[in-house]
Amino acid sequence: MSTLAQVGQIARRSVLRTARQPANIIFPFVFPTALLAVSSAGLSPATKIPGFPTDSYLAFFVAFPFIQGALFATMNAGTDLARDIQTGFLNRLALTPLRGVALIAGQLAGIAAMGFVQSLYYLAVALIIGVRLETGVTGAVVLIVLATAIAIAFGALGAFFALRTGSGEAVQGLFPLLFVGLFLSSMNLPRNLIETDWFRIVATFNPISYLIEGLRSLIIAGWDWQALALAFGFAAAIAIASLAAATWALSLRLTRT
Amino acid sequence: MSKQFWSVAFAVAWRVLHNVFTTPSLFLPGLIFPLFFFTAFAGGLSRIDNIPGFDFPNGYTAFQFVFVLLQSAAFGGVFTGFGVARDFEYGFARRLMLAAPKRGGIVAGYALAATGRWAVTAVVLIVVALAVGMNVGGGGVDLVALYTLALIVNLTGAFWATGVAMRLRTVQAGPVMQLPVFLILFFAPVYVPLSLLDGWLHAVASVNPATAMLEAGRSLIAGSPEHVSLAFAVALAMASVLTVWAVRGLRNAERAGAG
Repeated sequence: MSTLAQVGQIARRSVLRTARQPANIIFPFVFPTALLAVSSAGLSPATKIPGFPTDSYLAFFVAFPFIQGALFATMNAGTDLARDIQTGFLNRLALTPLRGVALIAGQLAGIAAMGFVQSLYYLAVALIIGVRLETGVTGAVVLIVLATAIAIAFGALGAFFALRTGSGEAVQGLFPLLFVGLFLSSMNLPRNLIETDWFRIVATFNPISYLIEGLRSLIIAGWDWQALALAFGFAAAIAIASLAAATWALSLRLTRT
Repeated sequence: MSKQFWSVAFAVAWRVLHNVFTTPSLFLPGLIFPLFFFTAFAGGLSRIDNIPGFDFPNGYTAFQFVFVLLQSAAFGGVFTGFGVARDFEYGFARRLMLAAPKRGGIVAGYALAATGRWAVTAVVLIVVALAVGMNVGGGGVDLVALYTLALIVNLTGAFWATGVAMRLRTVQAGPVMQLPVFLILFFAPVYVPLSLLDGWLHAVASVNPATAMLEAGRSLIAGSPEHVSLAFAVALAMASVLTVWAVRGLRNAERAGAG
């Protein structure tokens, strides 16, 4: 079987396994949408702050579910990979001619597929509730591509944790950390409007701020090439670093004797 | 209530508290998440108090503190429900029900444990809030009233989650325990006063019982109590109804053979 076919098989298994667990489907779709509804309505008066970049907090906040959905997809995929290790499935795979790169690429292809579907859903929700993208149809395409790239980047991070720890609980433990990272970003307000100094500094050093700002720029600002370059750049950097780490961790797991 | 009732209650409470305080993975989330929400909301959104019409006199930190206090109280109760479900899954609840001479004490014990674990969170939360300069306008009586209100919310959350856990008897019931509490809390004026909300959220928040408690709590910390009687009436009514819910859950578990 070619490497590409191996990738396809692992990706298919990853997607099917996610699709067969209702909790893995419901939470990534429902929870970010519920938070979008609550936060966008509750914080709508924030648009009255002088210098706020749009008069619709809903449009400002709609980038949030794309990131949170990517986190959910990552945790689900990472937990599944850890379960493969815990149940010995990975050890059995090690007895087959499966290449290590196919395993990681297949997992990431599965995450990319989930990220893509989730992004389409969030975009559809945004359009239905009246959000209009400043960048039009082309911007919607770039939005989906960027959101999928972010899902792959976080997915690689989840895969690394799964392969390094071999524990589903440890991967789940990563979620609060990423969730904290999400909240300590420019998720709720633009960085220049964050009044508390330490919070603004943390948000400035937090890569998640740039991922959100890249997505947000397509919705409320038009073609902001700097924001897009930073978002794609950070997504690529996280993905490359995590992939390198995951490949190293897999090489330890798949040591053939 | 009899001596046997309280001996069961104290034994159950001691066991739960011992488990929680000696297992970091059980104790830390309940402590860290309220602190994290307090930091994220009070720190990241402090510019909100510049919005025209935002007239809370003690600043945004105090405004958010009340929400996080009530949220920690409610979820302190809900987290205890997870332990109840775990006890059923591992078969401990079955042995407990066989051994307890007064089974009502089991529900009371879980509720006492919920209060015990939340008390630690509440103390840490106020220490952190004061350390970062929270401006408290209310006096001792106001603060006692605020914490009493939060205590009732804590018991309400515990009775709700215990009732669910005793009916479903699985840890997988976690979302059923959490989601309604989450929705009730976040469909209230979390970020700004009710008067600044508009649209569907204003309509929902206006009839949400959590709004009365939140607004009364904020008035207490500001030192100008408003609608406190209403808030206590709502909280006590919810706690009473959910006490019945939890006790009926216990009977449900008995009928199902868990006892």
